[in-house]
Amino acid sequence: MKPRIPVVAGLFTEDGGQARLLGGHCPRCGAWFFPKQWSFCRNPHCTGVTLDDAELSSRGRLWSWADNRYAPPPPYPARDPFVPYGVAAVELADEQMVVLGQLATGTDPERLSLGQEMELVVEPLFEDDDGLHTVWKWKPGGGS
Amino acid sequence: MSDVRILGVGMHPWGKWGRNFAEYGVVAARAALADAGLSPSDVQYLAAGNTMRNGYPGYVAGSTLAQALGWSGIPVSSSYAACASGAVALDAARARIRAGQADVALVIGADTAPKGFFGPLPGDRPEDPDWLRFHVLGATNPTYFALYARRRMECFGATPKDFAAVKVKNSRHGLSNPNARYRKLFTEDEIAESPIVADPLRLVDICATSDGAAALVLTSADYAAAHEANSRSVRVAAVSTVTPTYPNTSLDLPDIATDSGVGAPPPPRAFRDSIAHAAYEEASLAPSDLSCAEVYDLSTALELDWYENIGLCEPGGAEALLHSGATTLGGRVPVNPSGGLASFGEAIPAQALAQICELTWQLRGEAGERQVENARVGLAINQGLFGHGSCVILTS
Repeated sequence: MKPRIPVVAGLFTEDGGQARLLGGHCPRCGAWFFPKQWSFCRNPHCTGVTLDDAELSSRGRLWSWADNRYAPPPPYPARDPFVPYGVAAVELADEQMVVLGQLATGTDPERLSLGQEMELVVEPLFEDDDGLHTVWKWKPGGGS
Repeated sequence: MSDVRILGVGMHPWGKWGRNFAEYGVVAARAALADAGLSPSDVQYLAAGNTMRNGYPGYVAGSTLAQALGWSGIPVSSSYAACASGAVALDAARARIRAGQADVALVIGADTAPKGFFGPLPGDRPEDPDWLRFHVLGATNPTYFALYARRRMECFGATPKDFAAVKVKNSRHGLSNPNARYRKLFTEDEIAESPIVADPLRLVDICATSDGAAALVLTSADYAAAHEANSRSVRVAAVSTVTPTYPNTSLDLPDIATDSGVGAPPPPRAFRDSIAHAAYEEASLAPSDLSCAEVYDLSTALELDWYENIGLCEPGGAEALLHSGATTLGGRVPVNPSGGLASFGEAIPAQALAQICELTWQLRGEAGERQVENARVGLAINQGLFGHGSCVILTS
């Protein structure tokens, strides 16, 4: 079996078969950040100087979506032939933030509706001789 | 605070000309100086908007253009704020004049654009949000425009036909504009046949990338009064270059996530609303005072969002306002009388200044077939990625 390699290190995990986004959480004011990006809290009302590594909610509600029909420029690792892909914006309730992700493979954008529940998954973005290069995506459902 | 006025404006036509950006910039600058009745030696300060896509000379556009115009020893500045670069350059020049450090400033934006989608700068940079969104998500600019458009459809019942009506209007406005790249009247049928780029948006819903340049001659009120015989000046009533207020929970390019609303009070208004709000406050004017507006129609759907952001109607009211004819030439408050980005395509550092050129011509009554009747107050608004607001209000 080919190894699974995250397209970017440190943004998500699928350890234990559970997809999770890896962000930052301020222990003082409670704000969340994705990506974590910096080592400090950037809430101007907060005096926090550290940011904990934290996993974000893996479920949220669909805020909007788009279906891309043309290959983007590099550094998107578009394969030939190009396969259209959707992008979803999903609102996380606890974090009170919207996070983008591609739509999971096989999702029909025509059947999506605003506010429906979405679930985080980790899937291959592309495959080459080194392995399966993985990324987080949003999948409809997960209402269980 | 002392008044600052625009004494001259000039543009190089938009297109895909394939020449160096400084060549366009010099054409626009000379046109603006000629319009003001001034010569290059009258200029005491030069402010330029940078271009990220033309190598080092693009990062120091102020000195590149000063050299191209013939070194005269004057101080320069080079500003980058993506699509808002022109307004930030204008703001720098205005501050200089208000501080009494110059009477005459030249503000220039010029660009040579690549073909197709804008991509990030080369290199492997996982910490750069602009690199990240392309590499991990394939989230192009049209992807974000499509997310906003879909949101509008779901929240307000907008349809692709509404978006097409924006394109029809703007293409009609731009027909007679000699600086527009596209002078073709689109019909709804043609738009419906255009290929989908990022559903729900079609190719003709999304603005192209163009070469072009625009320039302004900015002066103190006293200087303008003394040279009023040369040219009719207009007043810069407000320049807003605001940034978002934390937490910015509106999805914004190039980020892959918004700020979190936890731990801080919500800002008094959403970022795009705050851009116009700051300008109205400074000018002591209200949306009902506007004669016309130039808004940044990166997509047809986004023009409808702007109607609400600049207070022409309540959220969800833009489609009705559009179909009432109010925003068409001849209507109550024509929007994008120039033809907008639909007719121009986007020449990033030049675009905010091109909007101001159009408003200047409108307020002087020199806009020809696209003249807004009795235009007295014009607003130009735009937004650059990475959190740059740009709004300018001019009065006659």
